[in-house]
Amino acid sequence: MIRFDHVSKRYAAGGDALADVSFHLPVGGMGFLIGHSGAGKSTLLKLIACIERASRGQVLIDGQNLGQLGRRGVPYLRRQMGIVFQNHQLLFDRSVFENVALPLVIAGYPPREVGRRVRAALDKVGLLNKERTNPVTLSGGEQQRVGIARAVVNRPRLLLADEPTGNLDPTLSVEIMSLFRQFNQVGVSVLIATHDLSLVERLGHPLLVLQDGRLVHDGFAKRAHAEGTERGQG
Amino acid sequence: MARASDQRRGGQRRSGQRGELDVSAWLDQHRAACAMSLRKLLTSPLATLLTAAVIGIALALPTAFFALLHNAQSLGSDWDGAARISLYLGDAVAEAEGAALADQLAARSDIASTRHIGRDAALAEFRELSGFGEVLDSLGENPLPGVVVVHPLATAAPDAVAALAEELGALKTVDDALVDLQWVQRLHAIIGVIQRTVAIVAALLGVAVLLVVGNTIRLDILGRREEIVVVKLIGATDGFVRRPFLYGGAIYGLLGGALAVLLVGLALGLIAEPARDLAQLYGSAFEFSGLNLDSALTLMLCGMLLGLGGAWLAVGRHLRDIEPR
Repeated sequence: MIRFDHVSKRYAAGGDALADVSFHLPVGGMGFLIGHSGAGKSTLLKLIACIERASRGQVLIDGQNLGQLGRRGVPYLRRQMGIVFQNHQLLFDRSVFENVALPLVIAGYPPREVGRRVRAALDKVGLLNKERTNPVTLSGGEQQRVGIARAVVNRPRLLLADEPTGNLDPTLSVEIMSLFRQFNQVGVSVLIATHDLSLVERLGHPLLVLQDGRLVHDGFAKRAHAEGTERGQG
Repeated sequence: MARASDQRRGGQRRSGQRGELDVSAWLDQHRAACAMSLRKLLTSPLATLLTAAVIGIALALPTAFFALLHNAQSLGSDWDGAARISLYLGDAVAEAEGAALADQLAARSDIASTRHIGRDAALAEFRELSGFGEVLDSLGENPLPGVVVVHPLATAAPDAVAALAEELGALKTVDDALVDLQWVQRLHAIIGVIQRTVAIVAALLGVAVLLVVGNTIRLDILGRREEIVVVKLIGATDGFVRRPFLYGGAIYGLLGGALAVLLVGLALGLIAEPARDLAQLYGSAFEFSGLNLDSALTLMLCGMLLGLGGAWLAVGRHLRDIEPR
């Protein structure tokens, strides 16, 4: 689903944000992107969502080379993925329903379909009773769940999250993570960036560990290798 | 997963009946964008009204000038046809001779009609109109010459009329030929100058409307920067982001145009009566014309297009710069 091939990213201001990063997140896979702040987690996610472009190397999303994607193609790429932000990026001038409906409205779904899907998504995150409220009145955890509902309402095959539990207490964090796992169980590929190693270690998903822009641990490669060895032995 | 370009109509593709739904989805989006712009404008009615008022006044000024010019022109053309040549006959010319000349000239192809006013008739007319009867009596002799009034064809150009006057003035029996035309030519010349001036002013004010709308939309864009970033992050195309702002500009322009129609209608209504009085003093049947439905609609359309243009300028310059970082 996501393939990085010797990807480097250098900002004009100087300094390598990413250096020679390669990994492959398979379709239906779920993994965590770990590293200290400044290690390059955000940059890596930005490359996937085409918010930034790689300086060197190739980024492939579902077989599509982002280096060859024109400016006009970017919105259609982003519609294939759901993105959850640390600060939610909700619009406070409209209701929870309208926030979650936004991706569908942008994609041009008929209104009846929009209503059905928005309620399904809100039901999934347990906020169906809040559809008419303004998100500003919700708690941090609830806002994050609205953000998740918005990310999945379009039924993307890839879900990205940048520090989704950054502002939440441990209990809420566990809840949010279990939500992501539920989406993964129905076939959505998931990549979550977090600095909270203790939270994700126990979950048993592959880890990608970044340090100063370099990938120092690739859980996906290890798992693929292990599976290959098992198959070899069997 | 399909490639990005096939994903364009993701929503419709799954619903089947693709062509029909494409159009209806597109219309839905436009309706939503228009409704959203309207809602935004209505949330701050005073600011909206102020912007519309600036546009309205900027549009009303040249429109009112054009309307006045139009009236002045119709006034000029009214009297164009009345251009006439007065032939003053020599003292020695007899009454019958004058009448004969009048008949002879009336037969010419470049003359519509003539009228002979004999010396006695002229005296009687003068006595009646001027009130100087007693002065005339004291003169003893009739000082007035006979006159043949020549009406050239209404279609004759001012130059042709002047040439005709010169030709008739050279006749033996004619002392002098006067053309009652110069003031019409001057009026035309003055109107020409004013017309050009008004066109320049109108162009400048049109640019002003573009800038006013452009600046308003620019501030609107900057104020909604975060919202733009968010919708771009979740897959909005440039067109989707642009649409509400363009509708906003068009609505500003339309409101301004409607306001201009009101202002001009009011102003012309106020001018109409004194103008009619003035025309009456000159014995003219001139009718002052206000703003008709056609020009009102044209004015509103102009306002809308200017608003759209201004918004387009702002959107083109600023939206591209706002990208997720």
